[in-house]
Amino acid sequence: MAEALIRVAGLCKSYMTAAGPFPALKGVDLVIARGEFVAVMGPSGSGKSTFMNILGCLDRASSGDYVLDNRHVERLSPDELAALRGRTIGFVFQGFNLLPRMSLEDNVALPLVYAGVDVHTRRERARRMLARVGLEPYAKSLPNRISGGQQQRVAIARALINEPRLILADEPTGNLDSHTSEEIMALFESLNREGITIVLVTHEHDVADHAQRQVRFRDGVIVADEPTQRHREVLPC
Amino acid sequence: MLKAMLHEAWMAMGANRLRTALTMLGMVIGVGAVVLMMAIGQGAQMAVQQTISTMGSNIFVLLSGYTATTGVRSGAGSGPTLRVADAEAIAELDGVQGVAPLHQGSAQLVHAGNNWNAWVIGTTPAYFDLRSWPTLEGAPFTDSDLRSATRVALIGQTAAKNLFGDDSPVGKTLRIGQTPFTVVGALAPKGQNLDGRDQDDVVVIPLTTAQRKVFGTPFQGSVRQIMVQAVAQETMPAVEQSMTALLRQRHRIRDGQENDFFLRNLTAVADSAAETTRVMSLLLGAIASVSLIVGGIGIMNIMLVSVTERTREIGIRMAIGARQQDILTQFLLEAIIISIAGCLIGLIIGIGGAILVNTVTKTAVVISGSSVLVAFGVAAGIGIFFGFYPARKASRLDPIEALRYQ
Repeated sequence: MAEALIRVAGLCKSYMTAAGPFPALKGVDLVIARGEFVAVMGPSGSGKSTFMNILGCLDRASSGDYVLDNRHVERLSPDELAALRGRTIGFVFQGFNLLPRMSLEDNVALPLVYAGVDVHTRRERARRMLARVGLEPYAKSLPNRISGGQQQRVAIARALINEPRLILADEPTGNLDSHTSEEIMALFESLNREGITIVLVTHEHDVADHAQRQVRFRDGVIVADEPTQRHREVLPC
Repeated sequence: MLKAMLHEAWMAMGANRLRTALTMLGMVIGVGAVVLMMAIGQGAQMAVQQTISTMGSNIFVLLSGYTATTGVRSGAGSGPTLRVADAEAIAELDGVQGVAPLHQGSAQLVHAGNNWNAWVIGTTPAYFDLRSWPTLEGAPFTDSDLRSATRVALIGQTAAKNLFGDDSPVGKTLRIGQTPFTVVGALAPKGQNLDGRDQDDVVVIPLTTAQRKVFGTPFQGSVRQIMVQAVAQETMPAVEQSMTALLRQRHRIRDGQENDFFLRNLTAVADSAAETTRVMSLLLGAIASVSLIVGGIGIMNIMLVSVTERTREIGIRMAIGARQQDILTQFLLEAIIISIAGCLIGLIIGIGGAILVNTVTKTAVVISGSSVLVAFGVAAGIGIFFGFYPARKASRLDPIEALRYQ
């Protein structure tokens, strides 16, 4: 097995609610190797989104260990977390989360601004990324001029621009029709073939089937961790 | 990086033009008011300074004591207690620059068919130095004129205009009462004094001539006023003391008895006038500053609204690698740009307003570089001060909370 990119042990997270603390994660252990394509599944409220937010360094665990790319995330400062989010991780959201007032090119280039890259390199790399997802002609358009599937491809281009090791996608096809979903998943698969580790949350089985491995959450714990249907046939255990 | 952020601040401001413009308006009014008020205040100060400088600097005036022989007390200067000899003695004191005894009063002037009532001052040549009063034409009378009580006169601009019209008065003859005088010089204009009296409506003649031929005096050698100039402002208290002591001794005044003369410090009068205008201009500035602060609060208010509105955007930026400091800079820049742009427009309006006030009301205004700089610095400071809290609030947002914000 390849070297671990993500190593999570005894991860717990509780939220304070009016009715007292609510445990969203109750001790999660998981190891994801470099180059894996993992689908995280489970009903709503099972803790899978909370888990993704912690993986993405957007949220901190209440207790437990999280090692990302050999770094102990719980010990990092806010600035170091920001650097991890900017350079090691690429996010793809269900709602695309493009900035509405900016051109697609500027949206894609935005992570490079925070990485301190100069304007010419930013523009050139953003163009290349947009070309990669087939949207270069729209570089100067605003996000609301293009379709949902195209917006998601722009969001993926933005996630890729800093050459991250890990792509975290939270229901990336949740707002898309099935045909567009297939296109997006094909894009993820090709990224995975280039060696980028992908962790994707979904509740659609045909989306999850693009992954090599399925992790199933229920009530804040992992209840199943197995290769997907397709890969079971290819890779006998 | 900064360039990209400036661009973004520009875009964010452009996205809400009306709001940005209204926020800026607060600063525009604030800065405009400060600049205008400071211009008017400093103009008033300058006007007072100019008046003071016509008086001559570091001047004391000694007035003769009142006559109280019959119980009816006449005003200061009516009694014949001061003498020319007193003036000569004072001139010997340390710290005294110059002394000019004065004998003065109003008199009727006549030239050809014109006649005019003006103030006639009999004095010594030192008077022109004390009051730093140059002649436009001709020259002041001399000590020999004084000794021989010649009938020569120097004439102020107002009196000259009324007697001689636009002709040059020098070399012409005028009568003061019944006595004919030759005009030997025309004095430079001085304008109004602090009381509003026209200082140019005068004729200056030798003291001896005034005593003998114009006013007459029951006591030879007595004068109504002595003007004394100290070497410097710092020596004035010492000069005042030694002068008082000297006069009390010369006039044989016993301890516990009142002085038979009055001493006025003209510089103190001038200082209080200058202080009054200074306080007034400070007050104007302070009132205007309130509007500047209100403008700053407007910026803070809008920035808080903007941070709330853009919470989700902040979350997205954080998710793709923005540090707290980046978010802080972005919002702070926006606040500073609004305040500085507002300041620039306010400066233009304030300066324009000052020029308008000057042309319409003829009030003196002074637009100094320092007041412009101060207004600019304060505006930038207000942008930072009132922009900091909202910007810090934005930067302290929790990424996941911000992303979930609808």
